[in-house]
Amino acid sequence: MLGMSTRHILLGLLASGPSHGYDLKRRHDDRFPQARPLAYGQVYTTLQRLVRDGLAEVQGTDSDGGPERTMYRATDDGTHELSRWAAEIAPPAPFVANEIFAKVVVAILSGGDPAAYLSAQRAAHMERMRELTAVKAAKAADLATVLSADYALNHLDADLRWMSTTAARLTTLTAEVDAV
Amino acid sequence: MSKPVPLLSASGLTKTHGRTPALRGASVGLHAGEILAVTGASGSGKSTLLHCLAGIVRPDEGSVTYDGRRLEELPEKRLSELRRTEFGVVFQFGQLIPELTALDNVALPLLLAGTDRAGARARAGEWLERFGVRGQQDLRPGEMSGGQAQRAALARALVTGPRVVFADEPTGALDSLSGEQVMTALVHAARESGTAVLLITHDAQVAAYADREVQLRDGVVAPLGVTA
Repeated sequence: MLGMSTRHILLGLLASGPSHGYDLKRRHDDRFPQARPLAYGQVYTTLQRLVRDGLAEVQGTDSDGGPERTMYRATDDGTHELSRWAAEIAPPAPFVANEIFAKVVVAILSGGDPAAYLSAQRAAHMERMRELTAVKAAKAADLATVLSADYALNHLDADLRWMSTTAARLTTLTAEVDAV
Repeated sequence: MSKPVPLLSASGLTKTHGRTPALRGASVGLHAGEILAVTGASGSGKSTLLHCLAGIVRPDEGSVTYDGRRLEELPEKRLSELRRTEFGVVFQFGQLIPELTALDNVALPLLLAGTDRAGARARAGEWLERFGVRGQQDLRPGEMSGGQAQRAALARALVTGPRVVFADEPTGALDSLSGEQVMTALVHAARESGTAVLLITHDAQVAAYADREVQLRDGVVAPLGVTA
């Protein structure tokens, strides 16, 4: 299975030892701080599917003074599947499918104002980059926070570079059309 | 409520190098304690703007006002004193004196300002400590990594307690992690001491350390736009 996978992320969290759904959700949100938080329902559904496919199994229950919770652990097949997935190459951008790109193309096709859109989008990107940089540069930032902020910043920066190049191309194109 | 007056501002600056116009009416304001990024493509006039604001270069037209004083009206001696006491400058590379150790490089501005040698060296050591390069204090710039040398340069720019630090592509010659260490150190030190920073960069990830960004395009400040 290719791409971002809740199954594999949960298997990865189970690699450090048996755990229950609540704990897995909490640890996921700690380890992937800028990601969309996992819903509890999604965690439990995914755990049931891992059990169905033989990649995880129920180890019993744990109450720890509170409500009874089902403990899960990875099977040997699960551990093997996790290793396979972790080493699998992710396809480098197989499709260009991005809202910014689509909006610029549509603006050009429909006689809109792509330069004005790019200008406003750039300002929004910079604002988000300032937020992420402040999160990353805070003295208390842990490694997971820094890594996720780095990831987001580099992608936003790549968008910005594409936007700058596109704006320059549009300026050149307009000048050539005007010169005819 | 009236808008606060900037600590440092440029109004309608023009500057031509030979026959090449670098600035064509640039206006910008830097507030006390603010970190402002000036971005723009190569040749957009960023460095010339910094040189004019720092009183290193006099503009052909327009004015630079610092704390109520117009720099173009100050005699060279007074301007030089202002640069030494109120401003700190960091360039991309090469600004440390190669024959001096890191400690002596940082102590130098204090010695020039009349601090005694022991006091200057003690304070220089404290600033090297703040920038995480105290362990390299006896090394000469050529014996330090690029990131270490740049952090020592930042310590030298801040050691006199300036109100404004001008940083011209301070991470331009560094790898991304060294650049990040330099920027984090600069931002933390500036915030703690309330120093304003004018940061010239072409790198959006460096500009994102600032509170605000202005873009230069063809020698003027673009209203809000993509650097083309």
